[in-house]
Amino acid sequence: MSAFAVTFRRDFALMWSGGGALAPLGYFLGATMLVPLAMGPDRALLAAAGPPLVWIAAALAVLATLERLFQADLEDGALDQMMLSPAPLEVLVFAKGAALWCAVGAPLALAGAPAAIALQAPLALVPAVVASLALGMAAFIGMGLVGAAVTASVKRGGVLIALIVLPFFAPPIIFGAAVAQGEAVTSALLILAGCALGACALGPIAAAAALRLQAE
Amino acid sequence: MPLRLVAEDVSVARGGRLLFEGVGFVADAGDLVELRGANGSGKTSLLRAIAGFLRPRAGRIAFEGVEEPPLALHYLGHLNALKGAASVRSHLSHWLGLFGGGIDEDVALERVGLTRQAKLPARVLSQGQGRRLSLARLLIAPRPIWLLDEPAAALDVEGRAMLCRLIDAHRAEGGLVVAAVHDVLGPTPSQTLQIGATT
Repeated sequence: MSAFAVTFRRDFALMWSGGGALAPLGYFLGATMLVPLAMGPDRALLAAAGPPLVWIAAALAVLATLERLFQADLEDGALDQMMLSPAPLEVLVFAKGAALWCAVGAPLALAGAPAAIALQAPLALVPAVVASLALGMAAFIGMGLVGAAVTASVKRGGVLIALIVLPFFAPPIIFGAAVAQGEAVTSALLILAGCALGACALGPIAAAAALRLQAE
Repeated sequence: MPLRLVAEDVSVARGGRLLFEGVGFVADAGDLVELRGANGSGKTSLLRAIAGFLRPRAGRIAFEGVEEPPLALHYLGHLNALKGAASVRSHLSHWLGLFGGGIDEDVALERVGLTRQAKLPARVLSQGQGRRLSLARLLIAPRPIWLLDEPAAALDVEGRAMLCRLIDAHRAEGGLVVAAVHDVLGPTPSQTLQIGATT
């Protein structure tokens, strides 16, 4: 198997084996289920304000998974070994990001369906919400790689990651919320796809550069 | 061109403090270079500089006879690069994919004496067994240059003998070993380098 494949396989397996991938999913569902309780019984109000909150919950859920992404590899020496692989570090970082998307991002996007329904989104809009979340997760993870890499050697770096990456989360959230509200769905999805592609292309390069500095 | 590792007048600083300066050596295929020095003298930093992980403040580290130095060397640090939840065998298949090519996993396990532990998760291994698994990495993907940071740490008597056999076999095959050590490692070094001031 290639270096990309083994890195992807190990990260995916490790995320599921410890139940680590279930925590963000539970957080996401829990947070979105609390919204109707907090907003009260007014269905019209919930339908107007609720669906975009799916995106806030998704962004925060994925943030929580970023802290240990590279920190664990730095602490146990696995990062040194990644740098001695014939595969470029950028490719291995991309593999870790892809594994995170498959283990956490995709299930979370699927969980967006019941969450959106609970928040009174029209049923016809649910597939678009799921698709937008899948794209948005790719964008969040691509950008999040950079924050995770920069803070890999910082203990309790979670807050720092949030400060670094949340500003970059703004564009996907803006267009994702537009999809959730049913406004200009097609064009918003296209812009989300652009965000995802850009983040997945540039994120690993910046993250790998940061990791090389961390290894010193 | 035959394999050769040249370090010339190397200085390394960590956290703004100069650890050592003017360290140099030449090692050829079959050589074992022992690095000795007090705790904190910079043995690990020198190994990491040779591995290319950190840039020396001054001096030159050059490889001859290898095309891409990072792909010609193994770095065995004091961290074993093990994932607790993954099995012993899965570590080997991971490294096999990560480094490319290599020998059979079972052969590597047998040579480091972990055949019976193949299915165990790494988290239940003792320190010494973890070290043995880490040593199996050197075997799974053959690379000419071994950089070993206190390789005998946590190994029992039999483990040290096994390590000596691995190093001897590697040298006999034309490999080159640079090892940071405190005790007598076993194999006769071709040269011993004292790192850091003796003051």
